[in-house]
Amino acid sequence: MWTREIIKMLMEGIFDTLYMTLVSTFMGYVIGLPMGIVLAVTDKQGIKPNKFIYKLLDFIANVIRSIPFLILLIVLIPFTKLVVGRSYGSTATIVPLVIAAAPFIARLVESSIQEVDKGVIEAAESMGAGTFTIIRKVLLVEARTSLLVGVTIATGTILGYSAMAGIVGGGGLGDIAIRYGYNRYQSDIMLVTIVLLIILVQLFQGLGMMLSNKLDKRKR
Amino acid sequence: MEGIIEVRNLTKTFQDKNNKVEALKDINLSIHKGEIFGIIGMSGAGKSTLVRCLNFLEKPTSGIVSVDGKDLSKLTAKELRNKRMEISMIFQHFNLLMQKSVLDNICFPLSIAGVNKKEARDRALELLKIVGMEEKAGAYPSQLSGGQKQRVAIARALANNPKILLCDEATSALDPQTTKSILELLKNINEEYGITIVIITHEMAVVREICSHVAIISNGTLAEAGKVIDIFTSPKTKAAKDLILHGDENISNELTDTYKDATIKLMKTKRCIRIVFSENSSFEPVIANMVLEHKAPVNILKADTKNIGGIARGEMILGLPEDEDTASRMIAYLKGRGLAVEEVSDYVD
Repeated sequence: MWTREIIKMLMEGIFDTLYMTLVSTFMGYVIGLPMGIVLAVTDKQGIKPNKFIYKLLDFIANVIRSIPFLILLIVLIPFTKLVVGRSYGSTATIVPLVIAAAPFIARLVESSIQEVDKGVIEAAESMGAGTFTIIRKVLLVEARTSLLVGVTIATGTILGYSAMAGIVGGGGLGDIAIRYGYNRYQSDIMLVTIVLLIILVQLFQGLGMMLSNKLDKRKR
Repeated sequence: MEGIIEVRNLTKTFQDKNNKVEALKDINLSIHKGEIFGIIGMSGAGKSTLVRCLNFLEKPTSGIVSVDGKDLSKLTAKELRNKRMEISMIFQHFNLLMQKSVLDNICFPLSIAGVNKKEARDRALELLKIVGMEEKAGAYPSQLSGGQKQRVAIARALANNPKILLCDEATSALDPQTTKSILELLKNINEEYGITIVIITHEMAVVREICSHVAIISNGTLAEAGKVIDIFTSPKTKAAKDLILHGDENISNELTDTYKDATIKLMKTKRCIRIVFSENSSFEPVIANMVLEHKAPVNILKADTKNIGGIARGEMILGLPEDEDTASRMIAYLKGRGLAVEEVSDYVD
């Protein structure tokens, strides 16, 4: 089975998967990070409680998160076409991936920020810090290792989602697995893609944990 | 004279879904510049809420808190933030930024105040010297002991040259030795920079050690306030007496507990008095003379010397003879010798 074509295809698959995963994670954070911060800050226990804003974001996050990704992928086809001009291929997959990932990321960010010691926040308030200063210099700094663990989890999840995109011809390793393993009964190729996916997830996980451990100053 | 902190008719009510908790009821206080003012009470008495009202971390339900002549409720959000730079605070659990080095922790309030990086660094190093932690500039809080963390917190609190330092149970998480050294540091800061210090504590020992004035909070109300020496010698309210007799030292080991039980049993059976010796009454053997004169023994239940604001005061609890007449005459005798005498039998319930 190790013909040049297949190796080339697998290499492209790895590249496409990485491309979709990394770009979607990044874009997911562009939306999810501020959303998560606002959720944590406007929460009842937050530093600037605001029932209306909290409920609104909370509702949006819950709605999107309750739609299974596979269905979201199909529902969003017209929207994807509108944004990137076509509904198949890796770039097109990024659109539903970002929309599915953002609220998930927001929840991760929210819970990381909620872990920050209330006493430290109070100390900052007693020094005359305003809301933005507290977000920037206390919440994001004190929560950074937890946030990094969140990035690791998000990347792994998005990688899994990206494989699902193979159903609609999304490209990447998942696409190869479905085309060869499911449609052509070539289990060996499917097995190889599974191994490759496992290796990728392991790599991201290992890298993320190493970074967050290295940055954590709470350990002696 | 107008105090640097004036609290008028302060009330704070916490409103839950179905119940209302009155944490503070009609508190009036004047704290003057340069004082070390203790606020003492049992846990749950409302003292932590009270100190948070002094910098408006908690907004009072009603009443006035004015600092340096400014009513805090009249300030805008921005003015309040600026005002808070004059009112620093340290905490029981230190509340340092765990992900930042010691130096960066001290630079933090300076950056809030808009001081540039270089200047902030210099100031932070200078502050570390004041608290005796200059070698630890690059360390992280997790590498420090409790006492060292509190020193860093004190340095951080001093960064913006505050007029007032609020200490919320600042020594409660520390061992007695470390407590002593932190209290000494606070005393030095008070003397050297004239910073008014407000100390919240549940330990009478802390108040005796450094406070000039004290307010006793009990069940959300102000029971008694005044000079430490006066309240220690002749407490008027039950709350004050309880704190002086009980809320004391670190009585934790079993031995002292059994001893305490025995003391209380004895006190139930007899009339007991507590006397406090001032410095000039220690020349005469008062107790011995009293026993000789009345020809009746007394039972010494407790005798101790305590350091109140640098002056040694003797404290003794005596069990008097059961004969009412002799007991009354003994009390009169002691009063006649200029000692502060009060009956304590009523506090055993």
